[in-house]
This record gives sequence, structure tokens and C-alpha cells, in this order.
Amino acid sequence: MKKTGILIEMENKRVKDTTLGMITLAARADTDLYALVLDGMDDPACDILARYGITTVVDLGLSFSPEMRLNPAVRAKAATQAAQKLQLDVIFGLSSADGKDLIPRVAALLDAPLVMDCLDVDLEKNIARTSHYSGKVLADIQLSGDVVIFGIRPNAVQPVPSPAQPQKIKMASDSAAVAGLALVSWDDGENGGQASLAEADIIIAGGRGLKNSDNFSLIFDCAKKMHAAVGASRVAVDEGWVPYAFQVGQTGEKVSPQVYIACGISGSIQHFAGMKTARMIIAVNKDENAAIMANCDYHVQGDLFEILPELIRQL
Amino acid sequence: MQIYVCIKHVPDSAANIHILDDIRIDEKVAFLLNPYDEHAVTEAAAVKKKVQDSEIIAVCLGRPDAEKTIRSAMAMGADRGILVETDDVCDSMTTARALHAAIVQDGSADIIFTGKESIDSEGMQTQFRIGALFDFPVVTNAATFDIASGRAVVTCELSGGRTRTFELAMPCVVGAGRGLNTPGYPTFPDVVKARKKPIKTIALDSLAITPAAGSAKTVALTPLVQNRHPKKITGTPADQAKEIIRILRQEAKVLA
Ligand SMILES: Cc1cc2nc3c(=O)[nH]c(=O)nc-3n(C[C@H](O)[C@H](O)[C@H](O)COP(=O)(O)OP(=O)(O)OC[C@H]3O[C@@H](n4cnc5c(N)ncnc54)[C@H](O)[C@@H]3O)c2cc1C
Ligand SMILES: Nc1ncnc2c1ncn2[C@@H]1O[C@H](COP(=O)(O)O)[C@@H](O)[C@H]1O
Repeated sequence: MKKTGILIEMENKRVKDTTLGMITLAARADTDLYALVLDGMDDPACDILARYGITTVVDLGLSFSPEMRLNPAVRAKAATQAAQKLQLDVIFGLSSADGKDLIPRVAALLDAPLVMDCLDVDLEKNIARTSHYSGKVLADIQLSGDVVIFGIRPNAVQPVPSPAQPQKIKMASDSAAVAGLALVSWDDGENGGQASLAEADIIIAGGRGLKNSDNFSLIFDCAKKMHAAVGASRVAVDEGWVPYAFQVGQTGEKVSPQVYIACGISGSIQHFAGMKTARMIIAVNKDENAAIMANCDYHVQGDLFEILPELIRQL
Repeated sequence: MQIYVCIKHVPDSAANIHILDDIRIDEKVAFLLNPYDEHAVTEAAAVKKKVQDSEIIAVCLGRPDAEKTIRSAMAMGADRGILVETDDVCDSMTTARALHAAIVQDGSADIIFTGKESIDSEGMQTQFRIGALFDFPVVTNAATFDIASGRAVVTCELSGGRTRTFELAMPCVVGAGRGLNTPGYPTFPDVVKARKKPIKTIALDSLAITPAAGSAKTVALTPLVQNRHPKKITGTPADQAKEIIRILRQEAKVLA
């Protein structure tokens, strides 16, 4: 049977739901599932991995010193060594912000083929579906090699429980520093508590229609009430209303939430490049002819300055 | 210092992409310098301003008409260009091998700048593969770049305003993010000067690279058609808000 290693992403010591979705995707194939745990293992984490079908939980034994554990080169080295020791055939990781700095490192160290940002993977044929040309085209890419690697877009697949009784093993990672790359400081941002954009179930995003940074608080207030993450168009970022980290689009974050609510955003090609795979799109715009109004599931024609306060009030 | 910048010739992000026989796109669209690579060239030019006797070399693997994109990089500050010519679409493993071989053949790199990703194939990996081939440290999505005591100090952006600051031994590979700088429009004299700068053309075959054991092959391309059928939410703002909440609760099931 094939062996698939899954790089486990956690947040506040909990296995992320998006990680579980990735396990569900891998479990569609006939394969043993190895959870590669980088951030320390405890019983609750093991239990949840067991509930979603992991057959072996592997603690990569990374050092707890943040300089080491947060260093992507150290993480990549540990994952690479585990892949070699376990003789994995396939590696899955989340194509999240952290994953984009980890998975390609593993691929480069193993000199193995990789597709990032996969919306789907057929492990029988090693064909992944991903986006090309700023999200305008879906590409099916077939990998061949001793090990093949896939970065899975967060939320591409919803987690489905499939209980298993995993074995546990611990690897001794050599925690020696990786030559040449030292992590000297890190900042986990003011929005530590806010749902990460790429992984949120609901995103509410604002664009030029908000008119200034004060008004943008309407978006934040609404987001708070519905536990949504906040997104923005490039105009809102360029105007300095919100930091670049909020930008959705071709040159921003690519997201696939359950629901994307676009307020005062016209729906340019470049904005769509970042959110067209959302399951549901709701557009709030005063212009019936805005591109987004023809390319959404629900459109609310009206003034966002009237609709958003109502939403906040009723939530 | 010898600063190499890897630049890719890509279709304009605003172009309509048409697919031919399932695995190719119609290339009769405007091509330009990959937007993230503009940040890479801009940063190289900024380093050159600070470090005397620096030379910037733009390296591109692409079709013969990628020369235009090398000229754009030159108008933005590159001194020379290297075009590794091929009509094939190469995967990242081959691309990295070609860029690595072309740089080794040309000189000795102190810094290699790349973009954090190309907007056509959205691979997000070539910088890491180049780094592994040279055994140089790599960072990606760089937002600030400095050199202090012979080491590169780079702050990289993660999501949600999170950042990581690294010190890299040089030579190193740095993947530029959008926060790194603001590329300017080249002036007309810069464009004229760029026409006279030298470009060395190398056939991919002549580099005789050792192929990778594995490969990534595009087997099908399909346009991403949006099959959405917009429904209108009408009424007063209060009605509209109420309906949005109902949809979030009952249809999308994302609200309790
Ligand atoms: C290389 C490149 C990369 C790019 N990358 C990105 C990217 O990653 N992300 C991105 O977003 N853009 C990107 N862009 C920019 C993109 O082309 C658009 O300019 C941008 O998306 C427009 O932002 P907007 O929708 O907020 O503004 P506009 O297009 O100006 O739309 C504003 C909308 O608000 C509506 N509106 C105004 N007032 C109200 C009101 N009171 N109530 C309701 N509706 C109202 C208007 O009807 C209009 O539809 C990129 C461009 C280029 C060239
Ligand atoms: N054909 C190419 N020629 C030159 N540079 C390239 C090429 N392909 C990728 N790169 C560089 O590698 C970066 C990442 O590309 P990718 O891995 O395709 O997303 C790009 O921003 C470029 O700097």
C-alpha cells in the first residue's frame, strides 16, 4: 500500500480544521496515512487525528525553542528526514501562508515534483487540479517520481470523520541549526485572534465603496459578529485603509471560504483570481452592472452604508 | 557584487486566456515581466545603488520573444541579460536546473533575487529549487531587504500581518513579495538605454543539464467557468440584511 505523509498544521495547539480536510482528501485513496506532527504532540491532538483516519502519528521531535521550531528550514529538514526514513510515496501539506514556506522547501530538498494550491488530487493517477493564469484556468498536472508532493488549498475539501486506531512513533530529529538561515525575530501580529484569511469559513471584504479607513470599521464590526475574517480589494489596501495582509486577489491571498461577502467591490479579474473558488459569493453593491453582480450567487443591490449597519444590528 | 535576478515572461494578468487542444494556451496575448519579478529587479537596483561596483544580470528561461521582457528588466536597472531559449514549457525542476546552470556558467552570484511566484503557472517553488541546487539559503515573500556585516537581513510576510525576520549567509536566494518595494515606470531614456544593453542567448540543450528523476506534466487545461446563477435580494436594507442572515444560517450553514 502507498504511504502518504501529511504535514499537520496546528493553531493554538489545536489541529486546524483545514488540516483535517486535507486528511479526508488523502483518505480517498488506498493509502496508509502518516501524520507528520511538527508542533508537539499531545493526547487531544492524537485523538482528533485518529478520528479522521490517521494510521500512524509521527512526532517529528522538533526542538521547542521558537528560534528553531519556527524556522522553516529546520521544519523542512525534519520533514524531509522523516519522509526518507518512512519511505513515503506522497506528501501532503496545506498551501497556507506557512505551508508556502515549508512544502516547496521539502520538495527542493527531496528534488521531488510538487503542485501547490491544489483544489483536488487524484492519488491513483497522481494528478492534481490547481489554478493557472491568475485563476482563469484549471490545470490538471500529473506528477511522477519516487515521492510526489501536493500543497492543498485550505478548505478545498471539508473534513469527514473516519475513525482509526493509530500507532504513535517519535522521530529523533537532529535539531542542529540549518546552515545559513537563522530566524532572528518574529511578530505574530495584532490580529493574532482573527481567523486567518485563507482558512476562514466566512470572509467579509471591503473595497473602494467603503470610501475611507474609518468607514472600513463597518466591515470589521460585521466580521466580529459573524466570526468572519476580513478581506479587502487592492484599492482598499493601496489607499492605506487596511494592511496588505488583508488583500484578496491575484497579488494577494487566494481563498476558498464557504461564503465570501464582497462589499463595495466591483469584481475585477484580479480580485476574482483570489476568491472565485469560494463556495458561495454574496455581493453588496449599488451598481447593478458591476462585474461581480453577474458572477455571484446572491446580489444585494443597494448602499452598503445602509445594509451593513442593519446586518450588524440584526446579528 | 554580482546580483542575478530570475525573471519570467508571462501573459498579462488582464489578458483573456484561450485554450488550444486542451494543454496549451493561445499565446497571441500580451506577455510581460512577471509582476513579482518587477519587485525583484527593483530591489536589485536598490542594492546596486548602495553597494558600489555591483552588476545586475537578468536571467530568463523562455521563448525567443522573452527578449522583450529582459529589455523591460533592463529598463528597470538590469545591466545585462541571459536568455536560455526553449520553445518547451518546462516544469519547475527543469527550470531551476536551467537557471542554475546559466548562472554557474556566467559568473559567481552574491545574491539571487526571484519573485515569490509566477502568475501563469503559480508554482511558488522555483526559488527553493535554485537554492537547493546551489546550496544557498532561501527565503520567500520578502518585505524588507538589507545587508549588514556581510549577511542579508530579510523580513518575510506570512498571513494576517505575521512576519519573520531572518539572517542569511550570502550568497542567498530571496523571493520578492509585493511589500518589498514599489516598482516605478521606467523613463524614456531608460528604455532607450536598455535597447543597447547586451543579452547573451543560450540554447537550453547546450546547457546539457541532468534531468530530474521526477517530473510535473500538464495533462489538461480547462477554463474556469463560473457557473453561478445570481439571485437578487430585494426589499428595504433591513429586509436585505435579514435575508443575508437567513442564507448564512440555512443555506451556507456557517452561522449558528
Ligand atoms: C497586476 C495587477 C494585480 C492586481 N492584483 C489585485 C489583487 O490582488 N486584488 C484586487 O482586489 N485587485 C487587484 N488589482 C486591481 C484591480 O484591477 C482593481 O483595480 C481592483 O480590484 C478594484 O478594487 P475595488 O473593486 O475595490 O474598486 P472599484 O473597481 O472602484 O469598485 C468599487 C465598487 O464599489 C461600489 N460602491 C461604491 N460605493 C458604494 C456604496 N455606497 N454601496 C455599495 N457599493 C458601492 C461601486 O459600484 C463599485 O462597483 C490588480 C491589478 C493589476 C494590474
Ligand atoms: N522560466 C523562468 N525564467 C526565469 N525565472 C523564472 C522562470 N520560472 C520561474 N522563475 C522565477 O522563479 C519565481 C517563482 O516561480 P514559480 O515557481 O513558477 O512560481 C518567479 O517569480 C521567477 O523569479
